[in-house]
Amino acid sequence: MIHSLFIINNAGDVFMEKHWKSVINRSICDYFFEVQSKAATPEDVPPVISTPHHYLINIYRSQLHLVAVVTTEVPPLFVIEFLHRVMDTFEDYFGDSSEATIKEQYVVVYELLDEMLDNGFPLAMEANILKELIKPSNILRTIANTMTGKSNVSGTLPTGQLSNIPWRRTGVKYTNNEAYFDIIEEVDAIVDKSGSTVAAEIQGRVDATVKLSGMPDLTLTFMNPRLLDDLSFHPCVRFKRWEAERVISFVPPDGSFRLMSYHIGTQNLVAIPVYLRHNISFREGSGGRFDVSVGPKQTMGKTVENVSLEVPFPKSVLNVTLTPNVGKYTFDPVNKIMVWEIGRIDPTKLPNIRGSISLQSGAPIPESNPTISVNFTINQMAISGLKVNRLDMYGEKYKPFKGVKYITKAGKFQVRT
Amino acid sequence: MASNGGFQNSGYNNDRPPSSTGSGDADVATDPASSSFFMNDYKKHDDLKQMLDTNKDNLKLEAMKRIIGMVAKGKDASDLFPAVVKNVVSKNLEVKKLVYVYLTRYAEEQQDLALLSISTFQRALKDPNQLIRASALRVLSSIRVPVIVPIMMLSIKESCNDMSPYVRKTAAHAIPKLFSLDPELKDQLIEVIEKLLADKTTLVAGSAIQAFEEVCPERIDLIHKNYRKLCNLLVDVEEWGQVVIINMLTRYARTQFVNPNRDDMIEEESEKAFYGSDEDEEKEDKEEEEDDKPKKKPYVMDPDHRLLLRNCKPLLNSRNAAVVMAVAQLYYHCAPRAEVGMVAKSLIRLLRSHKEVQYIVLSNIATMSVKRKGMFEPFLKSFYVHSTDPTHVKLLKLEILTNLGTETSISTIIREFQTYITSTDKEFAAATIQAIGRCASTIPEITDTCLNGLVRLMSNRDETVVAESVVVIKKLLQMQSTDSVSQPQEHKDIIVHMAKMAQDITVPMARASILWMIGEYSDRVPKIAPDVLRQCAKNFINEEDIVKLQILNLAAKLCITNSKQTKLLCQYVFNLAKYDQNYDIRDRARFLRQLIIPGEKAGAFAKYAKKMFLATKPAPVLESKFKDRDQFQLATLSHVLNTKATGYREIPDFPEVAPDPTVRNVEVPTAWVADTNLLAQKKKKKGGKVKPAKKKSFYSDEESEEDEDEEEEEDSSDETDSSEEDSSEEEEESEEEEDEEDEKPKKKSKKVEDEEDEESSEEVDSSEEEESSEEEDEEEESSDEEPQPKAKSTKAKTGATSNAAMLLDLDFGSTVANPAAVGKSDFLMPVLAQDMSSLSLGGDTGGSTTVTAPSFIPTKTYELLNRITGGGLSITYRFTRTVSIFSEKMASVELTLTNSSDKPVLNVKIGDKKLQSGMEIFDFPEIGNLGVGATVTATMGINFADTTQPATFDVCTQEKKFSVTVKAPVGEQIQPVNMAENEFDKQQGKLSGMNENSGTVDMATENTDIKTISRRVYEVANVVQVPSMQDNTYKFAGKTLSAGALVLISVKLDGRKAALKVNCEKMVIGSMLLKDLKDSMTKKD
Repeated sequence: MIHSLFIINNAGDVFMEKHWKSVINRSICDYFFEVQSKAATPEDVPPVISTPHHYLINIYRSQLHLVAVVTTEVPPLFVIEFLHRVMDTFEDYFGDSSEATIKEQYVVVYELLDEMLDNGFPLAMEANILKELIKPSNILRTIANTMTGKSNVSGTLPTGQLSNIPWRRTGVKYTNNEAYFDIIEEVDAIVDKSGSTVAAEIQGRVDATVKLSGMPDLTLTFMNPRLLDDLSFHPCVRFKRWEAERVISFVPPDGSFRLMSYHIGTQNLVAIPVYLRHNISFREGSGGRFDVSVGPKQTMGKTVENVSLEVPFPKSVLNVTLTPNVGKYTFDPVNKIMVWEIGRIDPTKLPNIRGSISLQSGAPIPESNPTISVNFTINQMAISGLKVNRLDMYGEKYKPFKGVKYITKAGKFQVRT
Repeated sequence: MASNGGFQNSGYNNDRPPSSTGSGDADVATDPASSSFFMNDYKKHDDLKQMLDTNKDNLKLEAMKRIIGMVAKGKDASDLFPAVVKNVVSKNLEVKKLVYVYLTRYAEEQQDLALLSISTFQRALKDPNQLIRASALRVLSSIRVPVIVPIMMLSIKESCNDMSPYVRKTAAHAIPKLFSLDPELKDQLIEVIEKLLADKTTLVAGSAIQAFEEVCPERIDLIHKNYRKLCNLLVDVEEWGQVVIINMLTRYARTQFVNPNRDDMIEEESEKAFYGSDEDEEKEDKEEEEDDKPKKKPYVMDPDHRLLLRNCKPLLNSRNAAVVMAVAQLYYHCAPRAEVGMVAKSLIRLLRSHKEVQYIVLSNIATMSVKRKGMFEPFLKSFYVHSTDPTHVKLLKLEILTNLGTETSISTIIREFQTYITSTDKEFAAATIQAIGRCASTIPEITDTCLNGLVRLMSNRDETVVAESVVVIKKLLQMQSTDSVSQPQEHKDIIVHMAKMAQDITVPMARASILWMIGEYSDRVPKIAPDVLRQCAKNFINEEDIVKLQILNLAAKLCITNSKQTKLLCQYVFNLAKYDQNYDIRDRARFLRQLIIPGEKAGAFAKYAKKMFLATKPAPVLESKFKDRDQFQLATLSHVLNTKATGYREIPDFPEVAPDPTVRNVEVPTAWVADTNLLAQKKKKKGGKVKPAKKKSFYSDEESEEDEDEEEEEDSSDETDSSEEDSSEEEEESEEEEDEEDEKPKKKSKKVEDEEDEESSEEVDSSEEEESSEEEDEEEESSDEEPQPKAKSTKAKTGATSNAAMLLDLDFGSTVANPAAVGKSDFLMPVLAQDMSSLSLGGDTGGSTTVTAPSFIPTKTYELLNRITGGGLSITYRFTRTVSIFSEKMASVELTLTNSSDKPVLNVKIGDKKLQSGMEIFDFPEIGNLGVGATVTATMGINFADTTQPATFDVCTQEKKFSVTVKAPVGEQIQPVNMAENEFDKQQGKLSGMNENSGTVDMATENTDIKTISRRVYEVANVVQVPSMQDNTYKFAGKTLSAGALVLISVKLDGRKAALKVNCEKMVIGSMLLKDLKDSMTKKD
């Protein structure tokens, strides 16, 4: 299926290649570069590129292009999903998946890539299995290995690979048994000029960090499971029980994983936690005026934090001179993007930024106002109202420490002006 | 890089010691491709080699790490091959692993040297550690060296019988590798694939299907037997396997089931064609029953079809986008229309995923939304464009929004579009205008609003927007005027407006459109049109080609309608065009001139100029780019690219009439007995969970006791029992089969061992625990039918008039006497057993066979006691080839005692026995009085313990003692077993090497027919033929009496030559048997 993989950085340097079948010369990447040069931004590179004999399926993530070469018909999502999973694994192993990290850890990276696919077909993708096969290196282990002559590579097949719960390794032992669940919701919204919501949806996920000894069997129940009608689960979740009883019952993998994600669609009413009051105008000759203020709304008494606004100005804008009453702003004169970092919104003193815009001389005034992207976080609240009822553990004797955290974030939160 | 590689090959294939690299360096220096960095690199290689040659693991590891770094960066490290390959034996796992990685990368380039490592892998394949076995197979199969193809084949065959499912998975991966290396091996590989497809572990399933897809996707027949198993296992297969399996099953469903939506399409017809006429009725009867459909209903989904859909549904909640998409396309292509809708929600969820996922999902939704508007209508707002979306995503969303537009939703969509037009992304803005045009053309209610909106856009500051609007307006007007010819004055103002703009617009396409429009509708603007032409003529030479062509057109049209005003202008334009640089324009001008301004030699066409130029033109159709995309299967690469990708397989149309659904029943008796055997063995291995044979099944205690006497004869009643078992099993798989069953007289005769009684009861027990919903359904179905099977099984037995006809009466009795035998739980048994077995792990299948009746009983007798030495008592013996009643390990020996003396011989019995260890004799009952001239036969049992040692014992009469020896040819120490061909091949594959004896014999031509060959084989050995698909290859199977070791004989004919092969764990038996067979084959009749 997947023939080869090339990892390319933003400078167009192919700094890693891996072939699972016969070797394909890296000149195949030229086709990719050709398409890339036509795209305005790296994101605009189409994920599937057809060349005379090969097909290039690529993803762009962490400033890197991962280009997979396939020669025959294959479900493109299969490859895309795989590539993202590769990056997830790198992040899991090394903390991030940047070019520097990959270059630094190339041996482990290469071993991982070799283990993940056999003949282009996934062999071992579960994080728990991979971690048993190839232990993530850390300083302590590196020292221990040099002393004892042991290596990071395991000599036995991880038991998980053969069991019916391949995601969990066996023989897990912790002194502190703990299970944390983060319920993170992202609000995607489009707000139009007049402030009314055009579309809004919530993308939620439950990320878990479970460090429990033995083989715990957990059950997570929600106060209001009815909210969730479209969701996806980690393979460990027993789907039948969810269907029948609306409880999440599972034997967790060891470590961090995404237990489930859910989607609350446009049909439902979604609360919009912030509003923008804006007045942006361009005038012939003198440039323009810019005046935006932000305020909280429907936040259930919680403070809105980490607020920032991103305004992509039209290309004809030369510069902006603004004064914020809270936070600070930066303007990138190349990409014409203004970012205003506000931080926490104090309801008594609404953040406001105002000033003038200068246009390139002679350029026609822009016909449309920019669409403002808003970022924010609200802790201790899930905007959908989802609440965990209880977490029970079966199968083990000890008493684990349990914790649940709620966060609401802005996803693609856009205000048209 | 290539040139470097070449040079290094020449330099280093000779395995030159690393110290003498002087000449190599010189080469590098002269090589233009190698820059100075390569020199450094090259020196580096030198110390790498030294590091690899040390015996310190950490140095080796360091060196290997650096080498892998080079490999990863794509730098050439092939010159290190000799130094690296040595370390393949390293004890250090990480070094070894890295060497493996290196090997798979460079082995192809250094084939000779790569061969050095092969033996290491072969050894590793026998390692007790499954990870080592698996990785050895992985590397071995990844080394693309054609020389080792036979070794690879052998390793794959061995590994697919491995105990560890992980190794079997690796074997499945190795199959396509080998196939790509040598496509000639396809047939052999298919056999292996078949074996792996039957594997019951979830780990193997996905990889096996992947191998199937890559090697033999056309062999859909291999799937039948595994279909239900695959459906049931699907949820537990790892996600990647799920994608592959669902895709394969989609294709399968399209070939094996009828279209669930056909009622909507051809309801009337199908009624008639399928169920209307009486003649057809009979023919269709079978099919109808098989489909389990009541007659009134036109369509009822095949239960297997339903099974697939039902088992895939939970996968919509998978975290893996590819799995969700695979299920979505399955539903789109194979599900009843009403059910397809439910996939929409999950697809919408995927839209929040990575942008690449978004792109693929959106393009699939775009295709779906063309045909199934309703599916995505509730999610309209999810397709609203965010300003941060990549352009290709924006365009797809636009496409979908346009497709989804209906009378009710269009106003919101158009309002949304209006904001898009102002987007800074001009490509997107232009696409939006086109989208508006499409909406306007499909929904007549809004056409006017759209037109007005577009006209307003023509005063937009942005040129692309204006140009695009002009083009779209032109198309819309053209469509409208075709629709409503009755209103010629309509839209006059728009045309006037556009004519005014003609001089201001610079985008050629837009200008051309305006000119075309003025020409076409010049009757509506009779005053303005000539003026436009005048202005254009002035500027003709500066125009783009496309505009020039339209000016010519305009001139021609005006000249026809209004020649008074425009003829001169027209001539002027034509003259200008005559000397244009572009030959198209010159050509056009010449052509038009002849028609419009005919000279003396005017052609006949000139009269018709008006008709030609001012005919009503068909309006362009504005339609989705995705309209025809559904010719490609969704979720495929071809679909995304909208061209056929290499290796794309068309999604087949549903068949008109479903092919025989019974093929999916797993009813081959040997097959399932084999499976349950397996299960039982597995269970035994797992610590003896096997319960003591509770005779709960057909074989009630009384029955077997009753039958005991008869059993002594030959084919015992067990045999009929087994056929009863067969038939009832099949019946309850699906009752539809019953009719067929009746027709087919059962020819299978079987000896069922006690062991199997155990198993069958065991199956019931275990399967009760694991009833899935599917099985419950079947239970419901079958319980309705409860009284029926009894009669049926009896009927089936009537058919079973094989070589056990004489036992029929008794059999009837026993069935009637045991009504419980067809009770519900038993009734369910085989299906469950089969499902159970599908869940169990595959494993060693030593005895997955059933003992069957001999195919031939030799009449040859041997002398035991000579008349002279016996003082008038002579004894001869022969082998009856029946299973001894005394012990199944014994060969039955029939003694014929004749008294040729003049007085009776009294009290004949067996006295002392001198036996080798392990051998046993069961005496024949004492013969009290053997009268003068009388002949008596007696049967004794001898267990030869699979040796060729004779059994020596004394035969005592009242007066004397005679020491006699019975020697059994090896062929008589075998009992025939039934097995399927694939099982045979599998076992034969296992019994290779030392356990294989082969030879070739020349045969008389007249002896090369199957009859003679099998007769000859049967004469020598008590085996049974295995039905074989291969031509000219005859296969026979048996197992030794004592140890139950399999004996496999295959005869491959090649003209007069016959290649004999005997596989047996017991080497002595194998070789002896081969010798006997050779003798038998070559002897003259």
